[in-house]
Formats: sequence, structure tokens, C-alpha cells
Amino acid sequence: MPVVAPVAIVPRKRRGVELALIIFALVLTLGAYAVVDLNVTGEVSPTFPYVAGICILMAALAHLAVRWRLPYADPVILPCVILLNGLGLVMIHRIDLINDPPLNGARQQLIWTAVGVILFILVVAWVNDHRPLQRFTYTIGLAGIVLLLLPLVPGLGTEKFGAQIWIQVGPYSFQPAEAAKILLAIAFASYLVEKRDVLALAGYRILGIDLPRARDLGPILVMWLISLAILVWQRDLGTSLLFFGLFVMMLYVSTERAGWAVLGTLLFAAGAYFGYLNFSHVRRRVGAWLDPFADFDAYYQVIAAQFGMAWGGVLGTGLGLGRPGLTPLARSDFIAAAIGEELGMTGLMAVIMIYGLIVARGLRVALQCREPFGKLLATGLSFAFALQVFTIIGGVTRLLPLTGLTTPFMSQGGSSLVCNWIVAGLLLVISHQVRKPAATVTPINPDVEQTQLVKVGA
Amino acid sequence: MNKPIRRVAFVTLMMFALLLANGTYMMIFRQESLAAQPENRRVRDAEFAQNRGAILAAGNVEMAKTVPSKDRYKYQRVYPDGDLYAPITGFYSYDRASSGLENSYNPQLAGTDDALFVRRLIDMATNKTPKGATVQTTIVPKIQKAAADALGTQKGAVVALDPKTGAVLAMVTSPTYDPNDIASHDIEVAGKAYDRLASDPQHPLSNRAAREIYPPGSTFKLVTAAAALADGKTPESTVESPDRLKLPGTRVYLSNSTNCGGTKITITQALKVSCNTAFANLGLDVGASKLREQAQLFGFDQRHLADLRGVASQFPDKLNESQLALSSIGQYDVAASPLQMAMVSSAIANDGVLMDPYVVRQVLSQDLKPIETHKAQKLSAAMTPEHAKELQQMMLQVVDQGTGRNAQIPGDDVGGKTGTAQSDPTRKPFAWFTSFAPVDNPAVAVAVIVEDADIPRSDIAGGRVAAPIARAVMQAAL
Repeated sequence: MPVVAPVAIVPRKRRGVELALIIFALVLTLGAYAVVDLNVTGEVSPTFPYVAGICILMAALAHLAVRWRLPYADPVILPCVILLNGLGLVMIHRIDLINDPPLNGARQQLIWTAVGVILFILVVAWVNDHRPLQRFTYTIGLAGIVLLLLPLVPGLGTEKFGAQIWIQVGPYSFQPAEAAKILLAIAFASYLVEKRDVLALAGYRILGIDLPRARDLGPILVMWLISLAILVWQRDLGTSLLFFGLFVMMLYVSTERAGWAVLGTLLFAAGAYFGYLNFSHVRRRVGAWLDPFADFDAYYQVIAAQFGMAWGGVLGTGLGLGRPGLTPLARSDFIAAAIGEELGMTGLMAVIMIYGLIVARGLRVALQCREPFGKLLATGLSFAFALQVFTIIGGVTRLLPLTGLTTPFMSQGGSSLVCNWIVAGLLLVISHQVRKPAATVTPINPDVEQTQLVKVGA
Repeated sequence: MNKPIRRVAFVTLMMFALLLANGTYMMIFRQESLAAQPENRRVRDAEFAQNRGAILAAGNVEMAKTVPSKDRYKYQRVYPDGDLYAPITGFYSYDRASSGLENSYNPQLAGTDDALFVRRLIDMATNKTPKGATVQTTIVPKIQKAAADALGTQKGAVVALDPKTGAVLAMVTSPTYDPNDIASHDIEVAGKAYDRLASDPQHPLSNRAAREIYPPGSTFKLVTAAAALADGKTPESTVESPDRLKLPGTRVYLSNSTNCGGTKITITQALKVSCNTAFANLGLDVGASKLREQAQLFGFDQRHLADLRGVASQFPDKLNESQLALSSIGQYDVAASPLQMAMVSSAIANDGVLMDPYVVRQVLSQDLKPIETHKAQKLSAAMTPEHAKELQQMMLQVVDQGTGRNAQIPGDDVGGKTGTAQSDPTRKPFAWFTSFAPVDNPAVAVAVIVEDADIPRSDIAGGRVAAPIARAVMQAAL
């Protein structure tokens, strides 16, 4: 019987694929940018070469950083992120042009993109391995919760569009929930890896569902109360749902017990119902969702977005040819409606699919990962991302009541954009650690090898 | 941990599937109704920027047309004789909606009607600017102008019908307005013009001819006479005509405003001199249900001319004897639009056959192919031909020797009936006249109302104000 030498499976790096996809994303983005100019003003704006230069430079730097520090990272995530960021930039530029003289929202967004890419490169180059993050479980968790509740500090938090989810320092405003999302995902992951055995093993079984012991309920109740606090005092249903959903999902994944998910869903339903009964802002959102035409003026935002998407139809009016300016907040909360109007439902669905692709790649990393912390972190980040996309796009298209979450990578706004670039960096870091071959390859000594061979079967 | 991760992956898959399914649902089931919402500015702007079809009178006279414009929109709506045709065209404005044919024929004029679907595809393929359909009306400019000139600055309305087809030949209402003011692209100017018209106590925006109802007064005696003939009376049947009639069940007396010429007169004589007590007795004799039936055969209690959102004239329910007596002479709660009274004359003139009134003859696509064509339609047989001919002769007497002499046209036989009605004792009376000509081969039926006429409350007086207007209109039509 011939002896088959063990084959070390060395995954392909696929950096060339990534580069090709990035070029594709850049061509789409810059082409769309030029089309906007041509359709609105009839000529390509004089700043186009600079915009193109910065976009290409940023994409090249991000790619080179990955090539240098994370050669085995997932090749699809970065191009998807670049494309979404680029399309967002194009839409913001398009909405800038509605005003005369044009606003400079796109320039700001470009600056924030640069900041985002720099932080992405820092994560890629400096963090490089996610596992050391486990060491700071409680520090990171505490920082996350503090950030989350920071807008409630008098004098620091400011209210915008009815939700108190911003902090204002001097001329700069910042949405700390975005950063808290990352910190808490890390903290939850390392905390749950540590405690999962306790949370998983003790408990009762009722109606085929394993329920936890009362004394283990602490963490979930704390998170529930924090989420309720966000709902009550920050008046933000979306953030509340996002954090509680993230925590419950990670609890379920780490313990493998459906009881947690059932309990979490029940708690959330109770909290949401409580919010509906007691807070007019929640009732207004639900009202606008169920029957927006019941009160044209109060529900104008949601109605205007519907009008825009109906006007765009299946194929859209074409970039620069619609009227996205008629929808309030078209560049931030309602950017999906602007996409739906000008690129049509087809374009919006394509964008949704790109988001889906990022989530799918992230969850794939989680499945491939061999150690629990990386698994849990990748699942958490991907799920939070998916939940955010689902909630905001679902809200804009009237699948769900509208919440004030941002559309990742597309909405205008620095905090959201920068933090999502960090999420992308973290997912790439985990994927690199998962896919890279074992660090040392011992030279094969046939004699030693023979003694170590284990015969399987007959 | 892979099992729960796979489940989470399934949940996220469902979330994305829901987003996509909802998008599909929206496009299939919600898009159309959202696009049709009047508040949807995108749709309205696009419509406003379109090359809207023209509204034509007979002889292809343009009542409303679209000309190129160089401001916010590519086209401007223009009403060449705005004041004259406003009751028919209505107006078409940006944020004050629209009225008249501009409103009821909007899909055709804008070119969004389903019948124009293929046309739109061809225009798109050949890169031609799509143009809305043209609406051809039955309005005859000569008659319309004659009516407007005759009515002048008096408050009131005139309707002229073709008795044989029901076509509206003229429809004038006064005071009128200029739709050009409301069609301005300067939204502020247009809004102010609209607000001024809407708050004007003279109500220039209302179409008095088809959308307002008034007590018809003695012109309603035609309906009572028709009911009496149908009930077996003849023009020579006599009826009690005391100087004053005690209304049954009350202490109120009904008096005559004219000399009836005796206390027992023929129906012909009663109509000729518009004798109140005789017709009150006639109505009491015929009974409420037969009178109502006759009124409904003439078109009361139904809406007519839906294209201009015509309202229904009323004959009251549940009458007691005194109310019946008053209703028989067109008082109490009887109320009729000028259009309705023109329809009464028109049915009598057309040997008892009431034709459905209409104002749009056909709708032509951009390449002048008819998309819709109106066919004259019979609404009811209001009278038998024999009775109608008898009533025609009675109406001829009114004009030849009675209260309607002011409507005489040399060389043509005219049948008519005067009326003077009061809505309330403090207001000046309404002067009515309804007529048709020529008697043997009718070409036109007319109704005229002059509101707040400065006249005594007698039928002769009503005939003095309204009959010359009717005569001018009939002369223009003959």
C-alpha cells in the first residue's frame, strides 16, 4: 500500500481577486459620480479628478494594507465596502447638487471616508490578531456601556430629529452608539466565552425548551434594562433593538440553548409593547408604518420616501434625474429611498444584496473559525450589521416601523462611516487568522513520521 | 457553536429575503396608488411639465391649449377666451388642483390614459415628445358668445341644448373668472388669484348652470302640466283659478301675481298667464306621487353631465297637501339647475324624449384618431309624443300671447315659459325663462336664470329680464 504523504492545505491568498473586485467597485463608483454630474449640470464637475484621485488612493492603501498584513483575509468584504461607501458618496454628491450653490456634503463624506480608511489600516496593521482583545473584557464592556449612555449626560448629549443619540463636543457631533456597537460586541464575545458553560449547563426544561436558572439571568436582565433606558431616555427604538438583539443572539450562539433566544424575544416584545403604550414617539413611528396616509403632515417623511420609490419604479429615474430632494433627510436616514428613486427598486435590491454578501462572508468566517472567541465575535459583528441594514432599509421601505439607525457605509455621517470601517477591519483580521496556514511547518523526517502514523480502518 | 451560527445565518437570510420581498410587493401592489396620490409632487410636477392636449369648441376653436414656455416648466396652459369658456374648461393649476373638463378628462389630456398606452410607447421609441389627447366639445362659440353677451354683467346662468341629441351648445355662468390667472407658473401669483376667487362673495368659481340649484318657480308649471296631461287631462280641460287659494291645512292663502282671466280656465290659458292658483289646484288633483314621477322622468333627483360634475335637481319627498300645492308652482323645496330646466324644454321639444346631456363629443389622440366618441343617448320617454305636441302648442301660446312675448323671434315659432322665484323673502327674486325653437323642428332648447333681478315679483317681470336673453341665444342657434 503506497503511503500517501499528508498534504498541508494552504489556502489561496486571493489578493488578485480582491484587487480586480476593487477596480470594478471603483469603476462603478466613479462612473456613477460622472453620470450624476452629466445628468444634473451637463458637464463633469472640475473637482471630479480630485475625487477620483482620493477614492483610488484610499482603495489602493486599504488593499495594500490587507495585502501586507492580512494576506489570507477574505477577498470579497473589502470590495463590497468600497462599493457601498462609493455609492453613498455618489448619492450624497447628487443631493448636494440640488441646492444652488451646491452643498459640500460629499466633500465632508470623503474626508470621513479617509479617516475611516486610516482607522481600517490601523486595525489591519496594528491589531492584526483579534485574540488579544479578550484580555480586556470588562474594560471594553464598561467603555461600551459608558459610550452608549453618554448622550444622556446633561450638557453633552444633544437631541436631533427627536432622538437623543448624539454627543456634542464643540462643533463636532458624534453618535457614540456606533462605537459602542463594536466595543460591546467584543466584550460580549469574551464574556460569554468565559461564562458559557455555566449559562449553558444549569437550568430547567419546560415544553422542550431549556430555560436558564434564575441566578444566571443577571446579564440578560442588565442588558434588557440598558436597552429600555435607551428606548425611554434616548427615544431611539433602533439602537435599543440593535443592542439587545446583538446580546441575545450572542448568548444563544455561545450557549447553544434556544431558551435564551426565546426569553430574549419575549423580553424585547414586552419592552416594545411597554414603549408603545407609554411613549408618543414610538406610537408615532408605528402609526406611520401602519397607515402613513392617516396623517399626511405628521408622517410626511415616510410618505415622501414612498412617493420617491414609487416614482423611481422598477428601473429608477436614472442618477441625477429623480427628485430625491423632496424626501427629508435623503442624505442620511433616507438614503435608501434616494437610491430606490434614482436607481430603482432594482438598484436598491442590488445594494441590499451587497450588504447581504458582507453578512454572508462574515458568518462564513465565523463558521470556519476554530476558536470560540473569534467565532462569537465574527457572528456578533455580522449579525449586528445585518440587523442594522434590515431595520433601517425595512423602515424606509415600510416593512417595519422607521427607526433612526444609519445605513452602514452610505448614510452621511462620520461616526457611522468610521465605525463601520473598523468593523470591516475586524472581520478581515478574523478571516485572516482563520484562513492562514499554521505558523510553523516542521520539516518532514520520514523516520519520525513513520512512527507517528496512525492506521485507521482495516 | 456551528449549529446556532447556522441558525443565525438562516435568520439573517430571512431578513434579507423579507427586504427583497417587500421591495417586490411595493413595486407590484403599492406603486400605482402611490403615484396616483394627489399629494405626490413628483407626479404632479411631471404632469404639469407635459404637453397637455387642447380642449376645443365646435369649428376647432381652442378653449384651452398648451404653448411652449421658458420658465420652470416646458409648457404653459393658455385659455384664449378664458372668461367665456371657464364653466366648461375649468382651470388647471399646480397646487389648487383642477376643475371642469381639465379635471374630469385629466388622464386623456395628460396622455396618461390607458387608451394612449401604445401611443406613448411609439413616442418613446421614436423619441417624439408625447402629447396629450385633444378633447372636442359640443360648445358652439357663436351661441356661447351670444349667451354671454346677452347675460352681460347680470348674475346668472344660461344653458343651451340640442333637444335631439342632448349636446350642450352653450353654457354660460356669470360672474365668471379667467382660468389663466390660476394656471400661472408663479405658484404664489396663482395661489393668490385662486384665494381671491374662492373668497369672492359672488362665487365666480361656481358653475351656476350645472352645479347650483334654485327654486324653479313658474317654469316648473311645465312639469305640472305634463303630469296633468299624462293623468288624462287635455289642454282644454278646465281648472278652478280663484284669486286666492287657501292652502289646505293652513291659514295661508296663495294668490296670483297675474290676472288669470276668470275663476275657471283651461290649462292652456293657465300656462299662458302663469296662473298660480290654477296650477296649485292641478297639482293637488294629480297628486304628489304622479307629480314626482313626472319630475323624475324629466331628470329630477339624478345627476347629469358628470363630466362637469353636475348636481341633481330636487323634488321633495313626503309632501302634505299645502306643500304639494306650492311644489306644483315650483316653490317650497323644489330646486332645479338651469341645466335641468333646459332639459325639461328639450324633452318637450323633442316630442317627449329626453336625451342625456353631454359636452364632450370626442377625444382625439395626437395623430387625430378618435379614442372615445360620444353617441347620443336617450335618457327617458318623459311624455308621449301626443302629449308633448300638445304642450309644445301651449308653450307657443305663452310666447305668442302670454307672459313670454319678449322671446318672440320674427319668422320662427318659439315655445317658452317664464318664471319668477324667490328663495327667501329678503332676497331679490330669480328671473327664469326656458324655451325652445323652432316649434315644428326644434334645434335648440334654452334655460336662463338671472339671480337677484331688480324686478317686481311677477311672471311678466321675470319674462322681461330672462326672455330677451333666451331669445338672443336661440337666434344665434337658428
